[in-house]
Amino acid sequence: MIDYSKILSEKVADLKPSGIRKFFDLAAEVKDVIALTIGEPDFKTPWHIREAGIKSLEKGRTWYTANAGLFELREEISKYLKRRFSLEYDTKDIFVTVGGSEAIDLTIRAIIDDGDDMLLPIPSFVCYDPICKLAGGNVVTIPTKRENDFRLTAEELRAAITPKTKLLVLPFPNNPTGAVMRREHLEEIAEVLRGTDIMVLSDEIYAELTYGGERHVSIAEIDGMKERTIIVNGFSKAYAMTGWRLGYVAGPSPIISQMLKIHQYAIMSSPTTSQYAATVAMSDCDKEVEDMKQQYDMRRRYLVKAFNDMGLDCFTPEGAFYVFPCIKSTGLSSEEFCEKLLHSKKVAVVPGGAFGTSGEGFVRVSYSYSLEHLMEAVKRIGEFLEELKK
Amino acid sequence: MDQLLKLLEQNAKLSTEQLSAILGKSEEEIRKAVEEYERTNVIVGYNALVNWEKINPNDCTAVIELKVQPKRDHGYDELAAEIMRLDEVQTVWLMSSSSYDLSVIVRGHSFRDISMFVAKRLATLESVTSTATNFVLKRYKEHFFPFEEIEKDERRHLNID
Ligand SMILES: Cc1ncc(COP(=O)(O)O)c(C=O)c1O
Repeated sequence: MIDYSKILSEKVADLKPSGIRKFFDLAAEVKDVIALTIGEPDFKTPWHIREAGIKSLEKGRTWYTANAGLFELREEISKYLKRRFSLEYDTKDIFVTVGGSEAIDLTIRAIIDDGDDMLLPIPSFVCYDPICKLAGGNVVTIPTKRENDFRLTAEELRAAITPKTKLLVLPFPNNPTGAVMRREHLEEIAEVLRGTDIMVLSDEIYAELTYGGERHVSIAEIDGMKERTIIVNGFSKAYAMTGWRLGYVAGPSPIISQMLKIHQYAIMSSPTTSQYAATVAMSDCDKEVEDMKQQYDMRRRYLVKAFNDMGLDCFTPEGAFYVFPCIKSTGLSSEEFCEKLLHSKKVAVVPGGAFGTSGEGFVRVSYSYSLEHLMEAVKRIGEFLEELKK
Repeated sequence: MDQLLKLLEQNAKLSTEQLSAILGKSEEEIRKAVEEYERTNVIVGYNALVNWEKINPNDCTAVIELKVQPKRDHGYDELAAEIMRLDEVQTVWLMSSSSYDLSVIVRGHSFRDISMFVAKRLATLESVTSTATNFVLKRYKEHFFPFEEIEKDERRHLNID
């Protein structure tokens, strides 16, 4: 008998399976669940993006692209970064990845060595931590606070920096809180970083999904920050293209060229059909994005009011498609809350602790669902809270 | 307030309170806007989309094409006004078609019911020169609503991305 535990990499075996696996296993057994758990758009990819993918197949464009991706797509990305953020990136400092996910993986792997520190504001998306650990790095978490609208503050950042800090993950607009960093907040962060050699992984995958007038600002726009920033972005969220698996990175040449080296060996090139489709997404879909955003915005307002009305304090998120109500007033842990809600009302939401220890006491509710679906869920959550009080 | 109309067009049951939350406007603003739309006939009415076939399996719908010879004092509008008054009539449209002029949608309890209605009440109208009755065999979708759910949410339900 082979003892596989001796064969497996220690780093891999040591990775903790996601803490809420148990909850999801439970949820999978309950029938006819009203789920509010999904982190991808409910919209379909806009038709003319799909059409561009189909056309490329009809024309037989089924080969690999250049390692860095189709030139015309990189050109469109470069134009987008210019028109949207006034950022000048040469096409050679941009490349196309398999989702924002690969872009995150490459950024961390290109920078983190054994024993290096990576700063990670939490709660946040679940992939940064394990990737850093695989690279041999230490994850230094920085809990963001409700009273700061879940933003990273300069003091918190300053206090977390050590001589071993190499990378700061800046995951805004944030999954799961919906927090955004405005220009003035980014200025403060930049002030702390400018005197250092710390790089920033700016995960801007929700850049186009912000609400309430102010659009997302990239930290690379702030004085002295472009040379310290690796921008990670992608097509999954804004263009409803999760299944196409396409993202990109832009950053300083010396780093991008090293990341491209890993990409070249590990991936070769990103999916070709998706790249043809994404070229159209970048050049010709502002209106579709705006329309989807309006729908998200209506749902967001509805949910924030509904949770506050039900007595669960709910921060007004300004980005992404999640609300993050606080459930501490129920006296339950977030996992207990989710399990009870699931069993008594068949509504599934995600325990906040899944996104880092400081997410405890909150739950993540996705609004990538129709208003009707959300209204039914809200009705049931309301009943659940009433029953808890008894 | 285009969004308000779109929301109501899809679901007239939304309360002022819900609309206020969804649109980020005060309830007062919503109430005023709706009243204004009703007053100016931008919102013409509210109704439920009923699947009558579930109650009475023989119930049916027909789309009737009317050819019309308009007269000096009795044009399309006058004729349409007469047809609109009939309770069985659900819809009346003036069409730009080379083969007929008015399209009338009628509901009845049976094919025969409707045929008799056309023969007695529509074909006999002055200036109607001919009628053609098209029976609806199956209603798939009306006013944005499918009669049977065709699309399931195929996304994975449980994940933390
Ligand atoms: C914050 C954040 N970054 C990155 C991703 C990865 O997205 P993709 O690989 O589909 O581009 C996600 C997906 O949920 C996310 O929430």
